[in-house]
Amino acid sequence: MAENILSVQDLHTSFHTDNGEVMAVNGVNFNLAAGKILGIVGESGSGKSVTAYSIMQILEKNGAIKSGKILYKGEDITKWPEQKMRDFRGKCCSIIFQDPMTSLNPVFTVGFQLEEAIRLHTERRGKEAERRAIEMLELVGVNEPEKRIRQYPYELSGGMRQRVMIAMALACEPDILIADEPTTALDVTIQAQILELMQSLQKKLGMAIIMVTHDLGVIAQMADEIIVMYGGRVCERGTAEDIFYHPCHEYTKGLLRSIPNVDRIGQKLEPISGTPINLLNMPKGCAFCPRCDAAMKICLEEQPPEVRTMDGHLVSCWAHIREEIDAGLITVQG
Amino acid sequence: MDKNYVPDKENLVEVNDLKMYFPVKTGLFTRTPLKAVDGVSFAIKPGETLGLVGESGCGKTTVGRAVIRLYTPTDGDLFFDGKRIDSQSIGSMRKDMQMVFQDPYSSLNPRMTVEDIIGEPLDVHKLYANAKERREKVLHLMELVGLNAEHATRYVHEFSGGQRQRIGIARALATNPRFIICDEAVSALDVSIQAQVINMFEELQEKLGVAYLFIAHDLLVVHHISDRIAVMYLGRMVETADADELNNNPMHPYTQSLLSAVPYPDPEIAKSRKRIILEGDVPSPLHMPSGCAFRTRCKYATEQCAQECPKLTDRGNGHLVACWNK
Repeated sequence: MAENILSVQDLHTSFHTDNGEVMAVNGVNFNLAAGKILGIVGESGSGKSVTAYSIMQILEKNGAIKSGKILYKGEDITKWPEQKMRDFRGKCCSIIFQDPMTSLNPVFTVGFQLEEAIRLHTERRGKEAERRAIEMLELVGVNEPEKRIRQYPYELSGGMRQRVMIAMALACEPDILIADEPTTALDVTIQAQILELMQSLQKKLGMAIIMVTHDLGVIAQMADEIIVMYGGRVCERGTAEDIFYHPCHEYTKGLLRSIPNVDRIGQKLEPISGTPINLLNMPKGCAFCPRCDAAMKICLEEQPPEVRTMDGHLVSCWAHIREEIDAGLITVQG
Repeated sequence: MDKNYVPDKENLVEVNDLKMYFPVKTGLFTRTPLKAVDGVSFAIKPGETLGLVGESGCGKTTVGRAVIRLYTPTDGDLFFDGKRIDSQSIGSMRKDMQMVFQDPYSSLNPRMTVEDIIGEPLDVHKLYANAKERREKVLHLMELVGLNAEHATRYVHEFSGGQRQRIGIARALATNPRFIICDEAVSALDVSIQAQVINMFEELQEKLGVAYLFIAHDLLVVHHISDRIAVMYLGRMVETADADELNNNPMHPYTQSLLSAVPYPDPEIAKSRKRIILEGDVPSPLHMPSGCAFRTRCKYATEQCAQECPKLTDRGNGHLVACWNK
């Protein structure tokens, strides 16, 4: 097994608001192997973006990591001072955001912003930094990079801007790239270009990618491993094949039934009933149980432990545990 | 405008050669027409769903808005139920034509209660005799879209995105319309909620026989809900066919790449499938390429494509394609 470059252990992140404490992430664990693509999928409010922001420690002022560890190459970065985190961001781990328009500064040229990242983290200065910026733009498939570095973000299209963001994120050759809904704001044909680019760059540069998205199609195409999140917790994890072909958690099953499928044209979709969870008022038991058809008494009272399924992936669901017990097969992790 | 154009009696909505230009300032004194929609024709039968897909900026929203005359079209003939839609007739027609907008956060008035939002179309068209009847009608509509009666006195900010979209749909249904334009009506919703709303659209169609113009960019959703699909590129229609036919046998190179670019929620298919990745971006509608607008990104483009814009022609079974090479 490849070495884990990042390991998130029992992460809890919450935000203080006027209405009380919003528990956005409630005990998330995962390991990221070097050079792999990990997909985090979930609906709005599932805590997927907050998990990503917690790793970078770029939470809003009212938010904080309550407990848990984030180990980068064995070191707990939650204990690092801000000065050290600045080096971490960009050099070890970079992030790209959903909206490339708002994540670029409109009053500086593309080249200036790219070179800024290079100057901050490397020894390159002046002409050398500019050369590196041009090289990066070339790498991400921006045409006429010499001209582009003198342009402002408004002069570029959405797809071009996202390419610039990726160039910026990769300029210092980080080990990890976090992509938070990188293609949600883009059109399908442009989305296909960007996803293809990310895959080829991943092969070329060998960094690990954490892909945060709500789009199951994007996840299916990109991810080696998938984490399904709901209500700030991980409900199921496994390889892309495990999750899509053998889902065990009721939420994952429901999610897969909700998307229109060409094979099931003419049939009704089977939506998950109810509305997403209120993070101000988390249930004591399983977060999904108010919307779950298979909910039992225990689901209301106790959080399900993570168990290994028959094919070896992990799921946190009481209904699944009961199925396993009924079948006489069960192995509890740890 | 063609004064002698005669619409087909079978069609509920008929659009012929719709053009919508917006003047855009390109210099101190110069204005260039931005051709948002440039000669679009289609028809919708009663109880039918036409899906309209395309990328941002292709003019699909403008088509929807021009049909319901939120914009005054530059040119073209619009008919509803055999009658021409113009500035005089639209007032009486709006009762039968309604619209659901994309963003349930900005399309509902935050200062009105749900009851007043849904009741407003009833007020405008005077569809009740007394306050009691108005309330009954509103409650009936709320039930129809799956909202509780107790929600009637609440304000919009108290609802989730999916519930807000239901309020928007209840408002559109208030006047008992025969035709609803859904402009990206499910795009802003989460997958599980999106499925709820799509099912509701389908149930309402079965129950009430409404026709939809379903404008969206998500091809899987459009394929699921539509009887027929029209694909737009830079203000023109490039292909129209039955939903299954279009999906199984796309003919226009743009449709082909659009379909192949859809991220398919199945890892094996997604990883093995050959995608046709288009080079470059959509050209600016202010500087439209000559001839076929797609030729700058098309690998089959020839001399002819640059000189003349292809017309939609029938390739059998009502499958219309606008392409010189296919």
